[in-house]
Amino acid sequence: MTNISMNVNGNGLTHEVPDNTLLVTFLRETLGLTGTHVGCDTSQCGACIVHLNGESVKSCSLFAAQVDGAEVTTIEGIANGDKLHPMQLAFHENHGLQCGFCTPGMVMSAIELVTKNKDLTEREIREGLEGNICRCTGYHNIVKSIQDAAVKMS
Amino acid sequence: MYSTKYVKAKDLSIAASIVTDAEDGKFLAGGMTLIPTMKQRLASPDCLVDLAGCGLTGIEDEGATIRIGAMSRHVDVAESAVIQREIPAIAGLASQIGDRQVRNRGTIGGSLANNDPSACYPSALLGLGGTIHTQNRSIVAEDFLTGMFETDLDEEEIIIAISFPKPDKAAYVKFPNPASRYAMVGVFVAKFPDEVRVAVTGAGEDGVFRASNLEAALNENFNAEAIVDGSVSSDDLMSDIHASAEYRAHLIGEMTRRAVVACE
Ligand code: FES
Ligand code: FES
Repeated sequence: MTNISMNVNGNGLTHEVPDNTLLVTFLRETLGLTGTHVGCDTSQCGACIVHLNGESVKSCSLFAAQVDGAEVTTIEGIANGDKLHPMQLAFHENHGLQCGFCTPGMVMSAIELVTKNKDLTEREIREGLEGNICRCTGYHNIVKSIQDAAVKMS
Repeated sequence: MYSTKYVKAKDLSIAASIVTDAEDGKFLAGGMTLIPTMKQRLASPDCLVDLAGCGLTGIEDEGATIRIGAMSRHVDVAESAVIQREIPAIAGLASQIGDRQVRNRGTIGGSLANNDPSACYPSALLGLGGTIHTQNRSIVAEDFLTGMFETDLDEEEIIIAISFPKPDKAAYVKFPNPASRYAMVGVFVAKFPDEVRVAVTGAGEDGVFRASNLEAALNENFNAEAIVDGSVSSDDLMSDIHASAEYRAHLIGEMTRRAVVACE
């Protein structure tokens, strides 16, 4: 067992976890933050993407213990009260989701993309989503949502 | 996943001694290969020693060489102003590894220590004739890369940095597997004042290798036209569900031509 402390969505917390606990398991099962999904066993789908100190990472491929002392933001932590994050709003308005399973990962991935590069081309968005798989939308509306959010976030 | 013990080491000697004492201890760098492998139960180390606290970062221009700390992540290498200026081929290579999330965690030292036959970095190490520095010694590329998933590292040996000589020109071009983004074939071409080096990843049955007949052709004439069809033999190349040995041989020629063009 290892003692870990981290800040999740603005709340500092300390827990004791088995050493082989993945970050995604800790978020979902210990903290009940089930917005972060698990879509694969091979680190390819990106449904589990969260921000670690502001950068997107796959929480299924990290041990919770590695994240000790860090700041973690999940999909539950990006809205401002009832006010959706501009990226969430853009997905809503542009029909950027169907079943919604990939959406938390898509949104977290997209926020990093747009924050790092304001003038994203469509190609850069598509390449930037290499680590996210959507089984429903065919990606067009996801790309449209991100383009829309990029304008609103700048 | 099997249970394991996790330790964040404060320095290299502690890290090395924990792995020496463990039954099956492993060093953990970015974990982008090791953790998925453990999830699949293909690896079950009883102890993981995280090197994140050992300070193996930093990228330095040393004049004739660039020295990259082993725990530098792919994103650090891709975005480093020093590397973009001095050996842009390495920055470009790093920017194409895996996906953004893998690049935010995966490290150059971890990739080289694993020496995956389809990984990109081994081709830069061999193509540039780089040197691996561990806590004990320095190892040149040819001695370090001993075969598929094999290196010359001893069990308790840790890569601390890698140095790459600056070429006149260099380029890396890969044909990525569309799902995994690993190289189905990746070719690193480097032109030095006295020689041209061509290293191929993703294709060799023994891992990364130097294509000596392509090097000879390019030493003669550093031009894409110097690579004629059929100049790469399919002997000793991998054949799998993704590509036959013959197709890989063809890709090696084509990726080499593109790399030469990219050098111009
Ligand atoms: S669950 Fe993490 S990448 Fe699929
Ligand atoms: S909306 Fe269903 S997987 Fe993307």
